[in-house]
Amino acid sequence: MRELLLCPPDHYGIEYEINPWMSRARGAEAALAQKQWKDLRATLSKLDCKIELVTPQPKLPDMVFTANAGLAVGKKFIPSNFRHKERAGEAPHFSRWMEEHGYQISWLPEDYYFEGEGDALFIGDALFCGYKFRSDIKSHRAVADILGCLVISVELVDPRFYHLDTCFCPLPDGGAVWFPAAFDEYGQRAIREHVPELVDVVPEEAAHFSCNAVVLERDIVLPEGAPRLVTTLRERGYRCHELPMTEFLKAGGACKCLTMFLPQRGATPNAH
Amino acid sequence: MFSETIELRGHIIDSLILPKVLDEILRAGGSFKIHQIKIGQQRVDQSFARIEVSGPTHETLDELVLRLRQHGAEVVEKADVQLASAPADGVFPANFYVTTNQQTFITLDGKEIEVRPAIMDSAIAVDGASQRATAVKFYEVRKGMKIVVGHQGIRVAPIQRSTARTEVFEFMSNISMEQPKSAVIHEMAREIKRARETGGKILVVTGPAVVHTGGAEHLERLIEWGYVDLLFAGNALAMRDIENVLFGKPRRMNLDRGSLDDEGHENHIRAINAMREAGSIARAVEIGVLQRGIMCSCVRHGVEFVLAGSIRDDGPLPDVITDAIEAQKAMREKITGVTIALMMGTMLHSLAVENLLPANVKTFCIDINPVSVSKLTERRRFQAVGLVTDVEAFLRELTDCLAKLDAASARDGGKA
Repeated sequence: MRELLLCPPDHYGIEYEINPWMSRARGAEAALAQKQWKDLRATLSKLDCKIELVTPQPKLPDMVFTANAGLAVGKKFIPSNFRHKERAGEAPHFSRWMEEHGYQISWLPEDYYFEGEGDALFIGDALFCGYKFRSDIKSHRAVADILGCLVISVELVDPRFYHLDTCFCPLPDGGAVWFPAAFDEYGQRAIREHVPELVDVVPEEAAHFSCNAVVLERDIVLPEGAPRLVTTLRERGYRCHELPMTEFLKAGGACKCLTMFLPQRGATPNAH
Repeated sequence: MFSETIELRGHIIDSLILPKVLDEILRAGGSFKIHQIKIGQQRVDQSFARIEVSGPTHETLDELVLRLRQHGAEVVEKADVQLASAPADGVFPANFYVTTNQQTFITLDGKEIEVRPAIMDSAIAVDGASQRATAVKFYEVRKGMKIVVGHQGIRVAPIQRSTARTEVFEFMSNISMEQPKSAVIHEMAREIKRARETGGKILVVTGPAVVHTGGAEHLERLIEWGYVDLLFAGNALAMRDIENVLFGKPRRMNLDRGSLDDEGHENHIRAINAMREAGSIARAVEIGVLQRGIMCSCVRHGVEFVLAGSIRDDGPLPDVITDAIEAQKAMREKITGVTIALMMGTMLHSLAVENLLPANVKTFCIDINPVSVSKLTERRRFQAVGLVTDVEAFLRELTDCLAKLDAASARDGGKA
C-alpha cells in the first residue's frame, strides 16, 4: 500500500502570480476546488492508498500542492527551498509534519533552490531533476550527495511547464510519459538515453497537464482532457482514472502536484 | 582574449551538462581549455571538470559565464577584486571594469559588497574604509580614487524573468507590428496599476510626438490620476505643449482641425518667451499664465520633471538644463525607486534614460518607428516590451484601460 501526503484546499486560492497559469483576475471557485480535491482523495483511497493530511495554513494558498513539500526517500526527507517568497512559508509546516512522522530531515544549503518531488522523480535508481524555473542545478548536486544516487539534470525551457512533474511522469515499467518540447535539446537527449520507453504527449493534451498524473502500479490518476494519451496508456495495460482539475489548473497544478509520495521510493543503497 | 575559469560538478556526463556547456561556449564565439576532468567510475559517482573559458570581449565573456552559471558552472574566483588608482581627474585606470545595468557584487577582503547604483557603462570606485563600492561616471572620478580593474572578484546577478505577472513579458517580449496591440496595452495597464499600488515609481520619457499626435490630453489625464511620478523630456516636448496651450496650435499644424496652418510659425518662440518672462514653468502656472497642458499638470500634481537641452533647441525654456552632464546627474538623482519606465516617441532621449536605469526596471517602448522600438528593447531582454504604434492611439487605449481597471477596483472595493 502506497502512502500519500495531501493537504485540504481550505486556504487555496489565486492570491499571487508566480507562473504563467496564475491570474488573480481568474480566481479558483472554492466550492468546486473542494469537490475536485475530495474526488481526487476518494479516487486515491479507492486505489488502496493510505492518505495522510497535513493541516492547511492560512495565507499559504499553494500548500495544497504537497508535491513541492520536498522529496522523501526511505526515511529521509529533503525539504524544499522555494524560489518564490510567496511559498517559502510552507517549508517549516511540511518539515515539522515529516519530522513528527519519523522522517530524518536533510536540509539543503539555504541559497540552493529546490522544489521537492515537483522537480525530482525517480525512474529505477536514477533521479530525474528539472532545473531553471524553480529548482536550480546546484541543488541537484546536493540531493545527489545526500541520496548517493545518479541524478539526471534536465533543463526546462517552457515557462508553462515550470516543474518537472508538469511535463514528465515515470511509469512503473521503466518508461515515462513526457512532453518533449518542455525540455531543451540536451535534456531531451539525456531522457531518451536513460528512459527506454517514452510516451509522447501532444501539445494540446500537455496543456491540460496530462503529465501531472499519480501513477500507482497499473492505475494512473490524471486530469481530464487527454483522450489520446488515455487510449495509449490503456493499450499498454494501464487503468486510467480521469478527474476534472480545472480549479487547480488555474494555479498551474493538477493531480500529481496535489500529492507527495511517502516516500517516493525506498532508501537508496549509497545514501549518506 | 578575456578568460575565466569555471568548475562543473555533478552528474555532468549523464545529464549532458558538460557537452551543453562546451557547445554553449563555442556558440557564443568563445573557446575553452579543459584543465582537469575527473569522470565518475560508478553510476552514482559525480564527475568534475575545471575549464578555462575565453571570450573575445569582456561583454561576451560576462554574458557567457552568466549563462553557464545557470547550468551549474561555478567561477573559480574567491579572490578579491583588483584595484588601481585613477591616474587623473576624469580618467579611469587601464583595464578598468565596465559595469552593466545588472545587480553587481565585488569581493573585498573576502566579503561581497553590492555595487550601487546598478548603472551601466561606469567604473566601480571602492572605498576600503567604509567598505562601499560605487558605480562612477567619468566626471565623478578623481585622481587617486581606487577603481576596480580586470574581472576578478566580480559577480553579476542574472536578471530573472518577470514573475509577478508573466504574460506581457514572458510571451510578448519581442516586438512586431502584428502583435495583438489591445491585449499588450491591457497588460501594460495592469503592470502600471500594480506598480502604483505597490509603491513603485512610474517614469515617463517622451518627445514632442505626444503633442503632435494629439496625445497630450491623455498624458495629462494619466498625470491627474497619479500614474506618473516622474517626467523626463527635452525642451521640445515642454515647448510644444505650452505652445499648444497658449496658442492652440503648434507650428504649422492645427490639432483641432487637423489642417496645416500658414500662420503661427512664431508661436513656439512666443511661448518660450512667456515662460522666460515668468521665470519658470512652475511660476507660470502659479501666476495663471499656464493653466492646462502636460507641464501644467505636472506642476499641479507635484510630478517632478527633468528637461534636458540639446543643440537644436529654441530658447530654451527656463527650466531646461543645458549642461548635458548636469542633466544626466539630475536624472540619476531622481530615478531611485522607479519600477516602470514608459518611453514614447523619442529614441535618443529614451536610450539616454535606459543607460541610467537598473536592469530590473520594466520598460515599455512605444514608437511608430520599428527601428526605435527594437533598439530600445534589444538590450533589456526580459524586462522590456515594445509596441510599434502611434503615440496618441497608444495613450488613448492605455488611459481607457486604466480607467476601466480603476472603475473595476472601485467597484470591488465598494463591495468589500
